[in-house]
Amino acid sequence: MGRFREKLEVGEFVITGEVAPPRGNNCDRMLAEVKAYASVADAVNITDNQGATLHLSALAASRLTLDTGLVEPVFQQTCRDRNRLALESDLLAASTYGLENFLAVTGDNPHAGDHPQAKGVFDIDSTQLIRVACDLNEGHDMNGNPIDGATDFYVGAAAFPEAEPWDIQKRRIAGKIDAGARFFQTQACMDIEVFARRVLEIKDMGAHVIAGVLLLKSERTINFINNRLAGLMVSDSVAREIISAKDPYETSVRIAIEQAKVLFEVADGIHMMPLGDIETGVGILREAGVVSK
Amino acid sequence: MIITTPKEFDHILSNLRDVDAESVFLVGCGSCATVAKTGGEPELLAAAAKLQEAGYTVLGHTVGTEITCNVGGTRSTIRKNAEVIREADAVIVFACGSGVQTVAEFVDVPVFPALDSVFLGAIVRQGEFSERCRMCGDCILDKTAGICPLTQCPKGLLNGPCGGMWDGMCEVIPDHECAHVRIQRRLEKQHRLQPISLPPKNYGVSLKPGHVNIRKPRVRKSLSDRSESGEKNTARTQGER
Ligand code: SF4
Ligand code: SF4
Repeated sequence: MGRFREKLEVGEFVITGEVAPPRGNNCDRMLAEVKAYASVADAVNITDNQGATLHLSALAASRLTLDTGLVEPVFQQTCRDRNRLALESDLLAASTYGLENFLAVTGDNPHAGDHPQAKGVFDIDSTQLIRVACDLNEGHDMNGNPIDGATDFYVGAAAFPEAEPWDIQKRRIAGKIDAGARFFQTQACMDIEVFARRVLEIKDMGAHVIAGVLLLKSERTINFINNRLAGLMVSDSVAREIISAKDPYETSVRIAIEQAKVLFEVADGIHMMPLGDIETGVGILREAGVVSK
Repeated sequence: MIITTPKEFDHILSNLRDVDAESVFLVGCGSCATVAKTGGEPELLAAAAKLQEAGYTVLGHTVGTEITCNVGGTRSTIRKNAEVIREADAVIVFACGSGVQTVAEFVDVPVFPALDSVFLGAIVRQGEFSERCRMCGDCILDKTAGICPLTQCPKGLLNGPCGGMWDGMCEVIPDHECAHVRIQRRLEKQHRLQPISLPPKNYGVSLKPGHVNIRKPRVRKSLSDRSESGEKNTARTQGER
């Protein structure tokens, strides 16, 4: 059993990061980022054609990450690019590579990406994909037919604690837990009060919650998030605080530290999204006392 | 009804150039394309004028009261106009793809589509249509409060909302309410208990090309059963389970 799973299951606090595979076959930058996370992270998510834009396959990148021996990857699959047969077959491949942590997500619509002409597959959705991974763990495919062997995935899903209407979000989260999700990695925290309350609600439902912390950096970053990233919106009050500050970057770091401090108390882990500034992200975790200095 | 939209006129011209056509015959549709105002009498007259302006001879046109995708009706329409059509270098059809293919079956010269078939939709008001069904062959509206997630959710997710939903609105079409929010709200209003999640859809029932024959009893065998008994796959009927 990997350390990441073990820590979450025994109630130890975990840190995860996020790395995008290269847009090409030169993996130097990706591996450097993996290395940068390694000192503090228990696992690093490997995104799957994120933003519906072309990247090296998450399967290959997850294996490369695992092979570094530095940190465990969380292999992500979206439902956008492959049908159920391909998803299942890639999950089997992941298992033979020794990949254990798995995150099932829906995926952005192809129209938003760099291949807007592509057909969005969405043969199954993320809730159904969670169940598929659990089926393989039980030694059968999604139709109940036995496979030769069995996988051993630690299955997670995405959650968006601040999205309204919350009752409908919560229902979806319950569906994912019912399908077999053991942990959630969340969308970035904006309003810490609302966020913390809902993290506790999700934990009460029986899953571990790794809370997203995002470094907002500057007005440009905030505009990018509001206009280009699906779903996420920076709340007006946070945006105003950062934009009107003398040093917006420093202010965003301070906000992230405050969030991390609270989340250290309420969540099971932090998913750090420093948007490329990994050193700063690590510094935030140290300042907040989440990891030792 | 089948919703169609006109192709670019230049696209039609380039098709005609490809076969060195000088004279054309136009076929419209008395049903869907007439309602959609893409293949009725007025649209055919307008197209004829434009084609003539572009230097083509329009030998004639027909819309009729028949739907163009009616094989029998279209066969007799083509027969009635056979002499003129024989003179034409190409036939341009202002109907859905099904109508174009039906015409092509009975005409020897090249047949070109003038329209794009875009979806099966509802008439919201005159001239405004919206998609309601993808004809998946395995309707689940009973479970989704009469709102089709396959069609109303741009990603076609059975379980939602996805992570892009914001304030009840859709990630892909931000001025639309998320289909899954609408489904949940309507189910609640009807005090209906729903399963916590829906299982994957069975796309195996919508084998292409679909074929239904109500005069022949439904064949309820699976494909594998049929291949064992040596029957051909063409014996299937759409919608059999
Ligand atoms: S579930 Fe299938 S048949 Fe029913 S409305 Fe949707 S696409 Fe059409
Ligand atoms: S926001 Fe709702 S309707 Fe839009 S793509 Fe996501 S699940 Fe589908």
